[in-house]
Amino acid sequence: MTQSGFIERLRSGLWQDNPGLVQLLGLCPLLAVTTTFVNGLGLGIATLFVLVFSNGLVSATRRWIIQEIRIPIYVLIIASLVTCVELIFKAWFPTLDRSLGIFIPLIVTNCAIVARAELFASRNTIGASLADGLGMGAGFAALLMALGAFRELVTYGGLLLAILPPGAFFSLALAVAAKNATDRKLQEKQRSTMPRSLRQTR
Amino acid sequence: MRSQPIAKTGLTLAMIAAVCTALVATTYLATKDRIAANDKALLEQSLQPALSGIFYDSGVSESRLVIPPPHGLPGSDAAIVYRVYAEDEPVAALFVVTARDGFSGSIRILVGIGVDGTVTGVRILQHRETPGLGDKIESARSNWVFQFDGRSLGNPQASGWAIRVDGGEFDQLTGASITPRAVIKAIRDTLIYFDAHRDEVFQE
Repeated sequence: MTQSGFIERLRSGLWQDNPGLVQLLGLCPLLAVTTTFVNGLGLGIATLFVLVFSNGLVSATRRWIIQEIRIPIYVLIIASLVTCVELIFKAWFPTLDRSLGIFIPLIVTNCAIVARAELFASRNTIGASLADGLGMGAGFAALLMALGAFRELVTYGGLLLAILPPGAFFSLALAVAAKNATDRKLQEKQRSTMPRSLRQTR
Repeated sequence: MRSQPIAKTGLTLAMIAAVCTALVATTYLATKDRIAANDKALLEQSLQPALSGIFYDSGVSESRLVIPPPHGLPGSDAAIVYRVYAEDEPVAALFVVTARDGFSGSIRILVGIGVDGTVTGVRILQHRETPGLGDKIESARSNWVFQFDGRSLGNPQASGWAIRVDGGEFDQLTGASITPRAVIKAIRDTLIYFDAHRDEVFQE
């Protein structure tokens, strides 16, 4: 896998196809645990870990995976990895494990993971799949941390709504809007730097 | 895509299942001792604050007693008691009880009672009360639970075991009255139970 291909995968996960901001996948844990920065960080890292390894395993076994039973196989791989992550958290980060509670085992149901297995890892090389898992996982983790930090700060500043469930929806909406606004600005900048002849034809 | 014979499909699934099981089993073996140690440390750590002013020399978590329902304590599931001893004499009992009449979901409460019937400390173990309002019952968020230290069934009298708006002696929490009512009632019910069953609790 080339270096530009690797950077392309990372950019796709972190920005262009961010699982939370663009694909809007895995919203249940995203909305539920982002009450603090540390919670966002913990679940983000756990999800990143599962995503990298599930992508790697699915890609490594893609020759033997039979079309009809691919979904049960993905579920098996993802569930085993999540169980391992849960045990590791319980052993080495017990405080974080208690504050994340049920949302660590629930990573199994995060559709962002099964989506990457199905859409990417089952048709690409191991290297590309690992890079994809890293990019998508980092994108999801970054969003979890940003939302967690935002909600914690706003709550601390006196607006109690931010930590309640509706606050999660408002914060996510603000994040999606901010991403779209940035994209539009970038696009306009690109257009204005185009040669005049090209601009007129539009 | 050409469909595969069922035996091959089953075999593939079984092999992947075996690999995944091996993975989980290895992780389990590598972590189980640490997890057990963490659980025990957490228990000892969470029981200790409810024993203020009590001298004891026994391991708290080993003296566990389960009281099956119906028992008259708050909550309808089995209640847990930890007995605390000093030189083989009972000095205190720690009750883990459940208040079912909170604002959202049940509240798990740890009530420490000295052998003379006074409260040695109260801690909230688990709850889902409203953040910012009802969650002030947590010792980490406000001093509210400390007002029960040193209280007993006669101090205050029965009518005083309520929040001030209800004519009692205990502080309320702004914006939440259901939560403190539930906690106060659970503490008082535990004291009543201890008063009636003191000998049984320490006997076993």
